[in-house]
Amino acid sequence: MTRCIRHAAAFCVLLLVALLVNIAWLQVLQSPTYGGNPANRRPAIARYQQPRGEILVGGRPVTGSKDTREQLRFERTYTDGPLYAPVTGFASQLYGTTLLEYSEDAVLSGSDPMLAGFGLWRGVAGGRSPGGNVVTTIDPAAQRAAFEGLGGRKGAVAAIEPTSGRILALVSTPSYDPSLLSGNRPAVSAVWARLNEDPERPMLNRAVRQTYPPGSTFKVVTAAAALDAGVVQDLDEPTDSPDPYLLPGTNTWLYNEADGCANASLRHAFEWSCNTVFAKLGVDVGVRGMRAAAEGFGFNDKKVRIPFSVSPSTFDTRVDRAQLALSSIGQYNTRATPLQMAMVAAAVANGGQARSPYLVERTTRQNGGTVSTAGSRPARQVMLPATAARLKELMTDVVTEGTGGNAAIPGATVGGKTGTAQHGLGNAGTPYAWFVSWAQGDDDVEPRVAVAVVVEDASARRGDISGGGTAAPIAKAVMETVLHAPPAG
Amino acid sequence: MTQAGTAVAATAPSAPADRLPRRRGVELFLIVLAVLLPVCGYCAVGLARNGAVPPGAAGYGAGLGVLALVAHIAVRLRAPYADPLLLPIAVLLNGLGLVLIYRLDLETPGDEAAPAQLVWSTLGVGLFILVVLVLRDHRWLQRYAYLGVASALALLTMPILFPAVNGARIWIRVGELSIQPGEFAKVLLAVFFAAYLAANRGALAYSGRRVWRLQLPTGRVLGPVVTVWLLSVCVLVLERDLGTSLLFFGLFVVMLYVATGRIGWIAVGVLLATAGAVAVGSLEPHVHSRFEEWLHPFASIEAGQGPGQVAQSLFSFAAGGVTGTGLGLGHSILVGFAVKSDFILATAGEELGLAGLSAVFLLYALFVERGYRAGLALRDPFGRLLATGLASLMALQVFVIAGGVTGLIPLTGLAMPFLAQGGSSVVTNWTIVALLIRVSHVARRDYDGTVAP
Repeated sequence: MTRCIRHAAAFCVLLLVALLVNIAWLQVLQSPTYGGNPANRRPAIARYQQPRGEILVGGRPVTGSKDTREQLRFERTYTDGPLYAPVTGFASQLYGTTLLEYSEDAVLSGSDPMLAGFGLWRGVAGGRSPGGNVVTTIDPAAQRAAFEGLGGRKGAVAAIEPTSGRILALVSTPSYDPSLLSGNRPAVSAVWARLNEDPERPMLNRAVRQTYPPGSTFKVVTAAAALDAGVVQDLDEPTDSPDPYLLPGTNTWLYNEADGCANASLRHAFEWSCNTVFAKLGVDVGVRGMRAAAEGFGFNDKKVRIPFSVSPSTFDTRVDRAQLALSSIGQYNTRATPLQMAMVAAAVANGGQARSPYLVERTTRQNGGTVSTAGSRPARQVMLPATAARLKELMTDVVTEGTGGNAAIPGATVGGKTGTAQHGLGNAGTPYAWFVSWAQGDDDVEPRVAVAVVVEDASARRGDISGGGTAAPIAKAVMETVLHAPPAG
Repeated sequence: MTQAGTAVAATAPSAPADRLPRRRGVELFLIVLAVLLPVCGYCAVGLARNGAVPPGAAGYGAGLGVLALVAHIAVRLRAPYADPLLLPIAVLLNGLGLVLIYRLDLETPGDEAAPAQLVWSTLGVGLFILVVLVLRDHRWLQRYAYLGVASALALLTMPILFPAVNGARIWIRVGELSIQPGEFAKVLLAVFFAAYLAANRGALAYSGRRVWRLQLPTGRVLGPVVTVWLLSVCVLVLERDLGTSLLFFGLFVVMLYVATGRIGWIAVGVLLATAGAVAVGSLEPHVHSRFEEWLHPFASIEAGQGPGQVAQSLFSFAAGGVTGTGLGLGHSILVGFAVKSDFILATAGEELGLAGLSAVFLLYALFVERGYRAGLALRDPFGRLLATGLASLMALQVFVIAGGVTGLIPLTGLAMPFLAQGGSSVVTNWTIVALLIRVSHVARRDYDGTVAP
C-alpha cells in the first residue's frame, strides 16, 4: 500500500505542476495579449479611475470631474459647456473624445509619459500619472462676447492675436452642453441621438470644421495678390475694369451690388466691394499668382492642427479663366473656415507675416510644473510688407468710409472687410454674412486682434443679410473686449 | 513502541525509533503567522480602497486569532503528536479567503458575504474542535461506515426536492440558510470507501476471475462499493453537479488503486470516465456549453456578446501578471456571478499575481503532502486509506476548480477549499482537517521509523 500511496502523491505532484505551468503561461506570457483584448474592460476602468486633468481658460478650469463611485468612476463636467464646446469638445465614456479633449487626451488622462517626473519610476510602478492640465489661449471675455453676439443665430467666430497666432476666441452656435455626453447612462445615448439628428447640427464646430464660400472677404487675398504681383501699382488708379464684367470665354455677365464700379480704383472697389474689379484682377494675376497668395495665407493646407485638425480651406487651382474670376471673389470652389479668414486678417494686420494659429499655450502637471509650451511659432511672410501696409489702409477705409462702418471703435484703428456669400443651387440659399477685421488700439504698438465672423441666418430676410449689418457688430464686440483687456504678458 | 529517552533514538537511528517530537510550539508560532498575514491583507485592502486601516481590523484579527488559538489548544489537549503544519495552513487559507471575500464585498454593497463566511468558519472550527476532542480513535469511524454512507446518499438526494439554483440542483434552502449537502457527503463517502476497502482489500486484490491480464474481483466483493459510487454519481448528474461527480469519481479510483495496488483499476476507471464524460458532454446542454466555453473561451466576444465568465476569469489572471495589482486594486468583479465562490481564485490571481497564486497552490500542496505522509506512517489499513482519501479529496478539489477557472480543464462548479464563499464547504473542510489531525496524531505517536513521516 505504501508504494501506491506514493504513486497517488506523485500524481498530485503532476496535477500541481500542470496548474503552476498553466498559471505561469497565463500570467506572464498571455498577460499583454489578454490585457489588449478589446473586450477587456480594464483599460477603460483604469482610464476613468482618476479625475481627468483640466482645460483652463483665462486661468480658470472650464472642466471638472464628478465622482460617480461606479466602475467607470470619474465623469467629465463642464462649466459654461455650450460656450466652450468648440474648444473643449467632449470626453464621453460612451462616445470617446473630440477637439482638445481628443488631441490633448494623453496629458488630460495622465497617460503621457512626460507627465511622470521620473520615467523609470513610472515603469516600475506601472501606474498612471495624475491627469495634467491644458492651458488654452482663449480669452474668456472675447469668447463670451462672440457667443453672446451670435445669440441664437447659426454662425461662428474665430479671433486670433495677429502677432503670435494665439486663438483668442473660437465660437460656434448653436452649441451644446458636452457634459450631457460624459457618462454612460441611457440618457447619454438619448442625448447623443438627439444631437446627431438635430438639423441645426449643434455638435458641428463651425469655426474650424465647416467651410463656407468666403465671398467678398476673399477680396483681401485677391488684393494682396494683385499688389504683390504689381498688377495694381497705385491704389487710386483706375483698374481698367468694365461693369458688368463678361466672364472670360463665356457669355455670362458678372454684376455688382454697388454703384460706381466701372473702371474703379482698387481703393473704391475694396471699400464698396466691386465684384467686377476683383474678378478681373484675379484673372490678370493668373492662377499661379492667386494660388501662391491663397496658399500663403493657409488655403489648401490639409495639415493644420491647432492642435486638433482644422478642415482645409480650399482655393481651386485647376480652373479656367471664368472660374478663376469667380474664385477670386470668393465663389466657385473657394471655401474657407472662419479660422482661415481670421488668419487672413491677422496676416494683413501683422505686416504680411502669418503665424500658425494655436489654442494650447502650455500643458502642465497637476502640481503646475510645465510639461510643454507652445513656444514661438515661425512666421511666414505671405506678402510684401508694403502690400500689407496698403491693405491695412484699404481695410481701415472700409470701416471708416465703406461697408464696415458698424465695426468702428473709438480710440482704435480698425480694419475690416464685409462679405455676403452666395451659395446653394443657383444661389438660392440664404447668403452667408461675413466680416473679417483686425483692431489696434491707439496706444498699442501692435495689432491686438483679428476676427472672422460668419452668420448663416436662415430666418432673416435676404435683404437684411450683409456682412456689415449682421456680422460686423459681433466682430466689433469681440475686438472691443480684447482691446479693453490689459495686454497679455 | 518503546518509551525510551531521546538519547537512545539519537545514538541508534537504525533501531525502532521513538515517537516523533510533538512540535506544538512550532504549530503555535506558525498559527501566529497564519493569523497575522490575513490581518495584514485586511489592512491592505482598506488602505488601498479608502486610504485607511479598516475599522474592523482589530476585531477581525482578534476573531481569527481566538478561533485559531482555541483550535490549537484542542490539538494540544487531545492530539499532541499531530502534524504541526495542518492547522496553520488551514487557518491561513481560511483567513485569506475571508480577506478576498471582504474585498469583493466592497464592490457589491448590499450583498455582503464575509460576515456569513466568518460565522460558518466559526462553526467549522467548532466542529473541528468537537472532532479532535471526541474522536479518541479514528478506527471508531470504521464501525459506522454503513450508517455514514446511508446518510451520505440521503444528503445527496435531498436537493432534488428543492428548486434548482443557477442550473444546478445542489442546494437546500431553509429560510435564509442555504446548505449544499453534497459537501458533507464527500467526507462520509471517503470514510465509507476507506472502511469498505480496508475490510475487503484482500478479496479485491486476489479473488475473482481473470480476464485477459486483469484480475476482476467477484461481484459480491465489489458490488456494494460500486453501487454506492454509481448511485452517487447518478444523483449528481441528475443534479448537474459535475464538479462533485468528477470529485467522487476520482476519489473512488484513487482509493481503489491504493487499496488493491492494481493499475488495471485506473485503466478501467479512466475508460469509464471518458465514456461518461463524452456521453454527458454531448447529451446534456449545460455540460456541452461549458465544454465549448473551455475550448473557445473568446467565442462569445467574436460573436459580439461580450466576454463570458471563463474569458473574464482569464482576463483577471492575465491582469495580475507576476506581482499582481495589489489587494483591493484589481477588477476581478468583472467576472460577475460566482466571483466570490467558484471564481474566487481569479481575485487571488489578479491581486496577488503569479507569486501569490503559486504560494496558495503550494500551501494546498503542502497540506496534501502532510495528509499522504500521515497515511504512509500509519499502520492500520483503514487509517492509511482514510488519510490518503482525504488528502486526495483536497488535491482533486483544488485541481478541478483551479484548472477550471484558469482554462486548463472544462469548468465545473466546485468550491476552492477554505478560500471560496460557501458555508457547507468551509465546515466540511474543517472536518477534513480535524480527521487528518487525528490520524496524523496516531501516525506520529506510533511512528516506528519505517517510513519518513
